Amino acid sequence: MEIAASALLLGLQYALLALGVYITFRVLNIPDLTVDGSFTLGAAVSAVLSVAGHPFLGLLAAILCGAAAGSVTGFLQTKAGIHPILAGILTMSGLYTVNITIMDAPNVSLIGKPRFYEAVYALLPNADKDVLKTVCVAVICAGITAALILFFKTVFGLCIRATGNNEDMVRASSINTNAAKITALSIANALVALSGGLIAQTGGFADVNAGSGMIVVGLASVIIGEVIFGRRSLTLGLLSAVVGSVLYRLIIALALETNIFSANALKLLSAVIVGITLCVPAVRKAIAEQKIRKGARKNA
Amino acid sequence: MLNVKNLSKTFLKGTPNEHTALQNLSLHLEKGDFVTVIGSNGAGKSTLFNAIAGSFLCEAGSIVLDGADITYKKEHQRAKQIGRIFQDPMKGTAPDLTVEENLALAYAKSMRNPFTSARRRKDVDFYRAQLARLDMGLEERMRTKMGQLSGGQRQAVTLLMSTIVTPKLLLLDEHTAALDPVTAQKVLEITKDIVSENQITTMMITHNIGQALHTGNRTIMLANGRIVLDLQGTERENITLPELLEMYKEKAGKVLDNDRMLLSDAE
Repeated sequence: MEIAASALLLGLQYALLALGVYITFRVLNIPDLTVDGSFTLGAAVSAVLSVAGHPFLGLLAAILCGAAAGSVTGFLQTKAGIHPILAGILTMSGLYTVNITIMDAPNVSLIGKPRFYEAVYALLPNADKDVLKTVCVAVICAGITAALILFFKTVFGLCIRATGNNEDMVRASSINTNAAKITALSIANALVALSGGLIAQTGGFADVNAGSGMIVVGLASVIIGEVIFGRRSLTLGLLSAVVGSVLYRLIIALALETNIFSANALKLLSAVIVGITLCVPAVRKAIAEQKIRKGARKNA
Repeated sequence: MLNVKNLSKTFLKGTPNEHTALQNLSLHLEKGDFVTVIGSNGAGKSTLFNAIAGSFLCEAGSIVLDGADITYKKEHQRAKQIGRIFQDPMKGTAPDLTVEENLALAYAKSMRNPFTSARRRKDVDFYRAQLARLDMGLEERMRTKMGQLSGGQRQAVTLLMSTIVTPKLLLLDEHTAALDPVTAQKVLEITKDIVSENQITTMMITHNIGQALHTGNRTIMLANGRIVLDLQGTERENITLPELLEMYKEKAGKVLDNDRMLLSDAE
């Protein structure tokens, strides 16, 4: 039960990361590696401002900084014509310096400093603090998911979806593909940074290496969600990314609980999960072909 | 409506593969003109369309559409006034979006606020009425993903998309060439209907000479990046295919070398 509760809390925070990755990877059809840098950026900004006594401002600043990082990648991809993956790597790599400059140290501790959920503690002094924390995070997560669902139903949201789907067509139909891409990357990285910002405050620290491997975590969540819900509509896709993120945390927690894996095995475990799920279509195809061959031999 | 003046475009300039695609090409279209464009491969037909639509900028010349100079406008800005359909049915629509969403995307040209809902009730009714005109049963499949439709259906929807907000100019780049003959004929008929109903100034590239002579009110032939033949009025009505081929030989200084053109005189 305790495992499930903590997986839910973590999963809902990482869900924003998963939503960001979903937007770039599935909607825009570009794997965006900025994520590793913008996650830490969000954590750093949020932590530093919390230490200064402004936890809410910290979250807001995380969103804005993430959006800025995303638009840098967007600019490099579109106007500068750099390969999308390389553009992401460049921003991510540059962000390392930015992050360490913001924190002025490799890590920042938030022990004894104000957090965003403490305002709610004051309102309901008798409630269980862990439950309240989870409710806070859940409300943020639900609000953002709902906003995204509505956004992708607008004309501009549709333009972004079409850009990821068939760029030729979009260019011939009066939509500015560059603007669509930059906006989508900004939104995605704003979500990722907010995820980092939340994690820093609930976890009580920010570390300059917090973001390493985050793209894999995001992908794993998206893919786990898709395995369960399938790939039907965008609305379902966004919801499944959130559920996928919680399940991913649960899987990781259970795997660690068995004591077969050490905490250091986490990254490898995630990479293997993503690797296996991404190769499912290829394996299915190979099996189907094998069946046809066997059938042909029998009938020959 | 469209005034193209002294347009020139050279690809791979300064390399051994230098290729002059447009040479000092000038063309004037009146409002409501429906011009068919013929010419062998590499004559510059698609290059002319790309130049007008803004896929690249030309080294020399100017393009004026309805009084506005669009020579240096960006492609997506020109697309507000120029509808365009390609040969490949896959190119004109987004396969993972529904029929309705694709139409909404095209209809968005007419909307000022990009944050309005893409699925307004009255718009959906409008799309349904438009789709019903195609007579393909698509009005019942508005929430089907575009990728699940056949090539002909996709091309018909693409046609609807590029004319749903009446464009000042419609560019059709062999838009029926990838379809089977029956579907191609149907899509062509729909094209003619929509064009004449809205009086859209249109240019259509085709490799089918019969189609070229019997569609629209004017036919131009391109060779080596120039207009070598411009037929309209009675001259166009009275010309026969052998005469046309002979003229081509004369003007372009070479024999028409496209099998598809020679074989498609059956109509």
